[in-house]
Amino acid sequence: MSDVVEKTLTALPSLLSLDSQPGSAKLSSTSKLGALIRGITELTSKHEEEKLIQRELASLKDQVSSPNTSMRQMKEAMVRAIYCEMLGYEASFSYIHAIKLAQQGSILDKRVGYLAVTLFLNENHEFVLTCYDYKHIIPIIIYCVYDTCNTPLVEEKLNHPKEIIRRKAVLALYKFYLIAPNQVQHIHNRFRKALCDKDPGVMFASLHIYLQMIKGYKDLTASFVTILKQVVSGKLPMDFNYHSVPAPWLQIQLLRILSILGKNDQSTSEIMYDVLDESLKRAEINHNITYAILYECVKCIYTIYPKTDLLEKAAKCIGNFVLSSKINLKYLGLKALTYVVQQDPKLALQHQMTIIECLDHPDVIIKRETLELLFRITNAQNITVIVEKMLEFLHQSKDDHTTIDLVGKVAEIAEKYPLQTMNTVFSLGGDMIQPDIPNSFLKLLSEGFESEEENKKLRLFAVDSYILLLEGETRNLPQRFLQVISWVLGEYSHLRNDLDPARVMTLLTKLLEMRQTSSETKTWVLMAMTKLCSGEASVSIARSVCEDLSSSMDTVQRQRAHELLLLSQDRALRSQLLPLCSDPEPLEVDSSLSFLDAFVSEALAAGAAPYKPPHQRQEELAQQKALSLEPYELSLPINMSSSCVTGRQSPTLMSVSSGLSGDSAELSHKGGSTTLKLEGVKRVWGREGYLSKKEPVEEVAQAEIPSPLSSPNQHTGASGTSSNTHPPIPTPEPEQEKQQLASSLFVGLGSQSSLCLVRADIYALHVAVFQYSLSVIRPVVHFEVMGMLSYQSSHKSHEVEFTYKLPLTNFIRPFTVSTEQYGAMWLAFSNDTKQNLNLVTDGQDSLTDTLNVLKGKLNLHIVEIIGMEGIVACRLAQDQPCLLHCHIHAGTLAVWLRSPVPDLPDSLLYHCQRALEGT
Amino acid sequence: MQFMLLFSRQGKLRLQKWYVPLSDKEKKKITRELVQTVLARKPKMCSFLEWRDLKVVYKRYASLYFCCAVEVQDNELITLEIIHRYVELLDKYFGSVCELDIIFNFEKAYFILDEFLLGGEAQETSKKNVLKAIEQADLLQESHKKTKDVVSI
Repeated sequence: MSDVVEKTLTALPSLLSLDSQPGSAKLSSTSKLGALIRGITELTSKHEEEKLIQRELASLKDQVSSPNTSMRQMKEAMVRAIYCEMLGYEASFSYIHAIKLAQQGSILDKRVGYLAVTLFLNENHEFVLTCYDYKHIIPIIIYCVYDTCNTPLVEEKLNHPKEIIRRKAVLALYKFYLIAPNQVQHIHNRFRKALCDKDPGVMFASLHIYLQMIKGYKDLTASFVTILKQVVSGKLPMDFNYHSVPAPWLQIQLLRILSILGKNDQSTSEIMYDVLDESLKRAEINHNITYAILYECVKCIYTIYPKTDLLEKAAKCIGNFVLSSKINLKYLGLKALTYVVQQDPKLALQHQMTIIECLDHPDVIIKRETLELLFRITNAQNITVIVEKMLEFLHQSKDDHTTIDLVGKVAEIAEKYPLQTMNTVFSLGGDMIQPDIPNSFLKLLSEGFESEEENKKLRLFAVDSYILLLEGETRNLPQRFLQVISWVLGEYSHLRNDLDPARVMTLLTKLLEMRQTSSETKTWVLMAMTKLCSGEASVSIARSVCEDLSSSMDTVQRQRAHELLLLSQDRALRSQLLPLCSDPEPLEVDSSLSFLDAFVSEALAAGAAPYKPPHQRQEELAQQKALSLEPYELSLPINMSSSCVTGRQSPTLMSVSSGLSGDSAELSHKGGSTTLKLEGVKRVWGREGYLSKKEPVEEVAQAEIPSPLSSPNQHTGASGTSSNTHPPIPTPEPEQEKQQLASSLFVGLGSQSSLCLVRADIYALHVAVFQYSLSVIRPVVHFEVMGMLSYQSSHKSHEVEFTYKLPLTNFIRPFTVSTEQYGAMWLAFSNDTKQNLNLVTDGQDSLTDTLNVLKGKLNLHIVEIIGMEGIVACRLAQDQPCLLHCHIHAGTLAVWLRSPVPDLPDSLLYHCQRALEGT
Repeated sequence: MQFMLLFSRQGKLRLQKWYVPLSDKEKKKITRELVQTVLARKPKMCSFLEWRDLKVVYKRYASLYFCCAVEVQDNELITLEIIHRYVELLDKYFGSVCELDIIFNFEKAYFILDEFLLGGEAQETSKKNVLKAIEQADLLQESHKKTKDVVSI
């Protein structure tokens, strides 16, 4: 009797589930699988579980190998075997029985048999060959698609009257195609028949094959376009809708095929422009599935031969992704940006602030994708910051795969921009890096690459960039980097013909006078000077340096200084000792120093002290050394962080602080033989203190005459001075940091958005106020004001560049209109964008609250609020309106912005989003 | 798609389907590491993972995690919807599905998956058609059993 109950049970599997139905628990425990599962859940330890399963497997083994086991029992046993395998226990004895079951049982037994076979075996398993000769392929059975090809059999099924079988047969052929494309070559026309099948399911299945081999089927483009058109306009049966979107899987598959077809092919691409446009338009519902289609569409548009207005729409789409509050969409937005950014770097520029935020995102995946994006926009100017960010990420990364990937990317950058990357690595890694890294870098420079031309270019570039670097702030550069710089300048300065060695000498002198410079670095510098020292000016510099150092406590320095002095006076000897551009010849080093043996024994005989190995001497000298090293060690970590800020500037900006050279010149005047006395003396010439020192009286007199205004840059179209000036409001600290980061990351991406240049001449101690009116030509998220400040000190003039960022909100004014006027304008404006934003939900009326926040933060005018809808208007300082239509939709604020000004809706939307983010 | 895994919040594997040939050892290693990685992620984080050289898309439904590994060029969002469609199918078949349904009837869960995905590709996207195919098989099974039972009695 219980047997009958059991049969009924397996026949009605839905009863088996442990719903709250009374008695269901008892019932299911009677099935053997149920008993097994129950048994396992009651166990407490892994060990017990193992024992139980081993017992179970033993009884299974008996059961399946017994000749008396019926097919039905076999089927049941197979299910239990699958379960044991899933728990991680091997049941290999059942494999052969699974195959037998699949071949011999009734339709239903076969079904379980095939399931077991597909789960147990993979296509490399030896048993798979035995599956070859199944005689009766029956409907459900085309299941096992990766079994060995039996093409004629499957081919036959392509004509089966039932669509489900035709579909499976097509998919089976698809799998065959993946495994052995040549074996199915003769039936390509069958695929075409499948594509034209009256059942959309069969047609969909055939697309998998076409996606793989589409390149040879350009002639089908029009057919695919027609199919997509029909799908998009909802011609398929409702069954295929997914969340009221017509056949999304089919759409995506078609879009992929189209993108392959249209790649680098203008005429083919032209056929599909219309349908792509249509797809973009139709995908309006706010659901994941529409975003999936949009994403594929955008990818397709950027892959095929470009068309301007489609690209614009696609770019807008990407913007919506990037700005979305949903993290999955944000991720895809970043991915899409990564995909398109090589073609259109400006797009990254538009979203720079979002990208910066993503760089600090708590989710590692987002962070990594952002780095990937940055990697794609690396250029000679932003490379420093990007490599820095990558190294930063590397430090935190624990996952091996990520680490390998990122290291590979850094290396790739290093290949493209060897010098910049190494410079970054030096200035960041600082004195932490292994000493062999600078050595091998210098080796690379001196041995060079294959082509002499390349070598020269690289060396020249090195000289140029290091000169620039030395002209700037050198205080924070790590010692090892300074050593590299000295060597390169010493070795290769002569390559730059127009470079006066005296200029390089002066720069190097500056290094010598720096308190932070270690004595090791100083010897490198002196060596470089020795190589450079030619011409009268240089010799006189060398002489003064030598005078300073002749009383140095450091013997090595004294030695080098002495050498420098001698060699600077004896040109012939110098060129013999340090020939220009010597090709590195392998030097033979006798490490045992045997050639000195005679000398040593002679000296010993004459009563000299025996040789002490370095470590012994070091111990004796320890005290002295520790004293002189201390201050350097201390000052480094403090300065490191600020070094990142100055270090990340592009080489072109480096010259900004060139005013410092005057400063240091002064320093050397006053100090006389400065280097010694500076130890332990409080520094008067700190970076900030330096300006306050500049108060010579005669300059104040000059300051009474206000300097004439230079005309504002023509870009602005500004109309002279007016009351419209905005006092610069300092942005909060972290924000400023981000913007600074942004400007350094996105430099060189073809920015058109920096707006105007203010030029002013200001004299020391005199505050001059200049007023300019700025007006917006093209709205962007932030405007950059750049200027040049020049001033005079000790009859030298200096120039300092500065930049200042103004958010778009500074230019936004409330726009008072009536609802009727609003309505009329709304229809007339063509540039629009839509987005869902956060709602303010603390109060009673969230719409009013939210709009008030926007009004307060962005200076908007609320025209009217009716129920769940609100209309808001604003304008730019000039007469350029932007209208916002807001309504509450599914817990978010759906805003729709329209304006006659291109880009205004998008830029304003960014600020709306920011304004509501914190709430 | 390369494989699909279903596992519980405790990290117990509930269903596995591999569409690429891998040795048992590799499968076990991948499963163990991936389950750990996914369980360690916080609820508000992104549903996509770049994991080793794979792209993993996962979603949690009640106590069960559904996890798919797809090719790098695949569309993540549509994979997410594949998971969702599968859950819908299970839900419709079992009638508000719970983890226990899948534990005790995992072969059914496999049958449904096989009607929906074949060889790693979506074969039938119409919910109605998938369920129809499964129901037909079930009906067949039932009538088959009945005749057998009659014979044995």
